[in-house]
Amino acid sequence: MTALDSRPRSGSLIEQFEYGLDAPICLTWELTYACNLECAHCLSSSGRRDPRELTTKQCEALIDELQRMQVFYVNIGGGEPTIRPDFWHLLEYAVAHQVGVKFSTNGVRITPERARFLASTDYVDVQVSLDGATAEVNDYVRGPGSYDTALRALGNLADAGFQDAKISVVVTRHNVEQLDEFKALADRFGATLRLTRLRPSGRGAQVWDELHPRSEQQRVLFDWLMVHGDDVLTGDSFFHLAAFGQSLPGLNLCGAGRVVCLIDPIGDVYACPFAIHDEFLAGNVLSDDGFQRIWQTAPLFAKLRSPQAGGACSQCAFFDSCRGGCMAAKFFTGMPLDGPDPECVQGYGESALTADRVIPGAGQNHSKAAATRNEPVMLTLQRREDLSGPPVTACAEDPLAGFDPNASRAHQR
Amino acid sequence: MSAMLHQRWELSPSVALRPEPFGALAYHFGNRRLTFLKRPQLVVVVRALAEQPDVRSALAAAGVPAAEWPAYLEALIRLAQGDMIRRADAHEGASV
Repeated sequence: MTALDSRPRSGSLIEQFEYGLDAPICLTWELTYACNLECAHCLSSSGRRDPRELTTKQCEALIDELQRMQVFYVNIGGGEPTIRPDFWHLLEYAVAHQVGVKFSTNGVRITPERARFLASTDYVDVQVSLDGATAEVNDYVRGPGSYDTALRALGNLADAGFQDAKISVVVTRHNVEQLDEFKALADRFGATLRLTRLRPSGRGAQVWDELHPRSEQQRVLFDWLMVHGDDVLTGDSFFHLAAFGQSLPGLNLCGAGRVVCLIDPIGDVYACPFAIHDEFLAGNVLSDDGFQRIWQTAPLFAKLRSPQAGGACSQCAFFDSCRGGCMAAKFFTGMPLDGPDPECVQGYGESALTADRVIPGAGQNHSKAAATRNEPVMLTLQRREDLSGPPVTACAEDPLAGFDPNASRAHQR
Repeated sequence: MSAMLHQRWELSPSVALRPEPFGALAYHFGNRRLTFLKRPQLVVVVRALAEQPDVRSALAAAGVPAAEWPAYLEALIRLAQGDMIRRADAHEGASV
């Protein structure tokens, strides 16, 4: 299969990837929208299980198909995949069918017993999400107790002798100063640090303005990655930083629909894990005759694999480095897809963010209808330094209303 | 030229090849490394390794012109370093 008859047979690997592959390299499969946590920036707006969730049999059929397509490994996520009752079965089923598994978890079900089981398997990789090197920073976005849960899971894995777990961090304004601490934490557990970019996807759209790293922090991150880039994983997610002038390790390419895609819990196939929205929906594995057919023939994917116009960015000297940045980041901030990335390090994104833009509504929402005790409350208590006492209203009867001990002492002196 | 020419090599047992328009993806289930074989003809050579008594015969069988052998050997050495291919006659001596 080729997306286009005009596909060149030679050319760089990047060029080849832009035309798409016969099967994805990096396939994310969200197993469930159910989650015990309610992270503020959840890119799949997870919380409640979808009643249309694929059954165990349907999941097995999908794994069989992935085996036939030689998709060598899948990244399983959610929601919290481990709370699906058949999770451990599907894990073993996939591995037995030559589909390696790397799964993301908040750690809730990684008991000492499960950790020992994981340590005994080949082809399984575990990625524990942690968005702060301290409980204070982590729990602010992931919810109370989530830091302890993650560290307990990492401890259980290390104790069981599980080799090389991953600590997966979404880089935010609040944790970008903790990169060294994250690295130390990873070293402590014999784990590898994985840093990824905060996307304005799912519930992330609502908190992106508050959480995405400031422009000066992008530089801090870039410099840190230039020094430590070979020791940490990034899922290739910071290619927009390449416009600082030097490429980071990795492909530096938007892989959406070309080498990357997402299968959601109900079997919907999206171009990328950060683009769960009708605009990027290519089909459904149940109603469209399987995943292979969608991957190889969906019109959306053909479009993503055809040469893209650079738009406003093609004038920029750095266009060849960043290729205009992340499609999902642009889409969910309401910016044109052929324009600059909202976090463009050359500053073109900031001006575009202040221009007129319409932020698209959520594609789907499985957030819990009512908040639970796990929901993060993103408030910080602060004092207004310019106020020395409570405001005084005209009807204040208190004899001390408006009394400022400091001011009166100064007066007496 | 490399001693490899006269050795018998084969695809590592834990490696799978997936054909792609540009050549193939090679995935090593053990070390989880993904490697790209960027020429269809290199894929033919790699697949021919196990069927031929040595690398020279595999290159010839795949129809690679002798002038290009050094480039192909370089590619094979890189694959050997990632354990994508390994000596089939390893007991007879050192590798690469």
